[in-house]
Amino acid sequence: MAAVDLLEIITPGILASIQDVGRQGFGQIGVAPSGAADSYACRVGNLLVGNLENAAAIEITLMGFQARFLTETVFAVTGADLQPSLNGGPLPMWTAVRAAAGDILDLPSPVCGCRAYLTVGGGFHIAAVMGSRATNIGTGFGGYDGRALRAGDRLQGCRPTHYLACAGRSLPDTLKAVPTSEWVLRVLPGPQEDQFPAASRQQFYAAAYTVSGKSDRTGVRLEGPAIEKKAGTPDSILSEGILCGAIQIPGDGTPIILMNETVTGGYRKMAVVIAADLPLLGQLAPGDTVRFQETDLTSALQLLRRVEAAVDWVRGHFSD
Amino acid sequence: MLPVIRHLGDRGLLIELGTGIDPAVNRRVKRLHRIIAREKLHGVVETVPAYASLLVVFDPLQAAPEALKRQIAGLCDFEENGPAEARAVVEIPVVYGGAAGPDLDTVAAYHGLSVEDVIGLHSSTVYRVYMIGFTPGFPYMGELPEALDTPRRDTPRTHIPKGSVAIAQRQTGIYPAVSPGGWQIIGCTPLTLFDSRKESPSFLTMGDAVRFTPITAEEAAQWPL
Repeated sequence: MAAVDLLEIITPGILASIQDVGRQGFGQIGVAPSGAADSYACRVGNLLVGNLENAAAIEITLMGFQARFLTETVFAVTGADLQPSLNGGPLPMWTAVRAAAGDILDLPSPVCGCRAYLTVGGGFHIAAVMGSRATNIGTGFGGYDGRALRAGDRLQGCRPTHYLACAGRSLPDTLKAVPTSEWVLRVLPGPQEDQFPAASRQQFYAAAYTVSGKSDRTGVRLEGPAIEKKAGTPDSILSEGILCGAIQIPGDGTPIILMNETVTGGYRKMAVVIAADLPLLGQLAPGDTVRFQETDLTSALQLLRRVEAAVDWVRGHFSD
Repeated sequence: MLPVIRHLGDRGLLIELGTGIDPAVNRRVKRLHRIIAREKLHGVVETVPAYASLLVVFDPLQAAPEALKRQIAGLCDFEENGPAEARAVVEIPVVYGGAAGPDLDTVAAYHGLSVEDVIGLHSSTVYRVYMIGFTPGFPYMGELPEALDTPRRDTPRTHIPKGSVAIAQRQTGIYPAVSPGGWQIIGCTPLTLFDSRKESPSFLTMGDAVRFTPITAEEAAQWPL
């Protein structure tokens, strides 16, 4: 494969890293999936520029990202609206756009949402580690050198000129997942819901929580009413397998929505975010409000089919 | 004993095969983990074994959750007294105390023991790897001798060096990479516990038998990698 210099990072902002749909099958040796926190934006962004949906993308957090294209490329920015611009002019999101060598891409500051995804035609030339190009930042493997991107990093692409004809593809408005700042996450009861008093359960579903600035790729930390556990029960439980979307109640009672960087945990789970709503977790920004709404398994699966139908539509519509 | 199977959202099933830190329960977890891997159930993405439970992660569009739950319940009816595990003991060299084990003195003082006693107790037990979790390759091992049962540190450390050997309550573990953590650090091993480039990235797997061997800092510096 002919790899060419494609993009130079000028400033990575708060956190920029290579992610894809994640690393499956290694939970038994403690390896979490990692991957794009908003998988919908990442998958659709790849399909727009002509890639398979599991190609590597750059996940950009909140603000301060600037990069220079080093060759003619088609690219797309999806996910959070971080006021993207190309050479200072406004840039349409959820759209495949052609960039020339020397063009400057800017994602300065958030309007809504938390994470934007930059995909390029042909994908970034990154070696897969344990089946994925996602960066496991905690342990330091996968992605670009096992770490977050830094100023001066030069990313390579795979035959970018081959994809230029994708320029101009744009997602219909109805399929754009435009973030809000007031979220309702649909959940199913967690495996230890019965270990909380009824009053705590009511409080959990009545409360409007605020997303804490301490949130990161490992979990969304919430500020708001503390959830009391049953009197006399210990803070923690025996460690067990967990999943992205599990809502843990630690000793201080403030919920943490776990994301894709952890495989085991020792706190009770009050509820679990349904698979259809997991991409939203990647867009919860500090200061946003979150409410939880209980649903059932049948509705959860219907909603998931709807998300997958949207991705299927994009895949079918833009296939050559 | 019939397992309890709970839903973990719409893409996880948590199978509880017992309670507590118990080798017999953990052996059942390992057996079910193997059985499910062998059966190659449609839609199952991965399984995560823990002390007393097995998490089965699946794609709910490939496998209906309730049907998968029934299917797994049918697989849980295996013999309680299966074939014994044939396990060679894995030796792990450890430099105890000093810069390698900054909490060793505290642990000794907490129990009114000498440093030598703590090292002797920690390195004379054969431990079972109950699960790998927390971070890639981190082994949760037990049971630590009761005389070493020590609470976690009041304030977790933000930067624990790679290879640190630590204890908490009746467990002992090894930090495979630099990470935060709250366990009491009593030593450090020169071995690499996790290497993503290897065919088997984790040095240890669930069910392994482990013994620690005291070595000197000089021996550790020369340790073949």
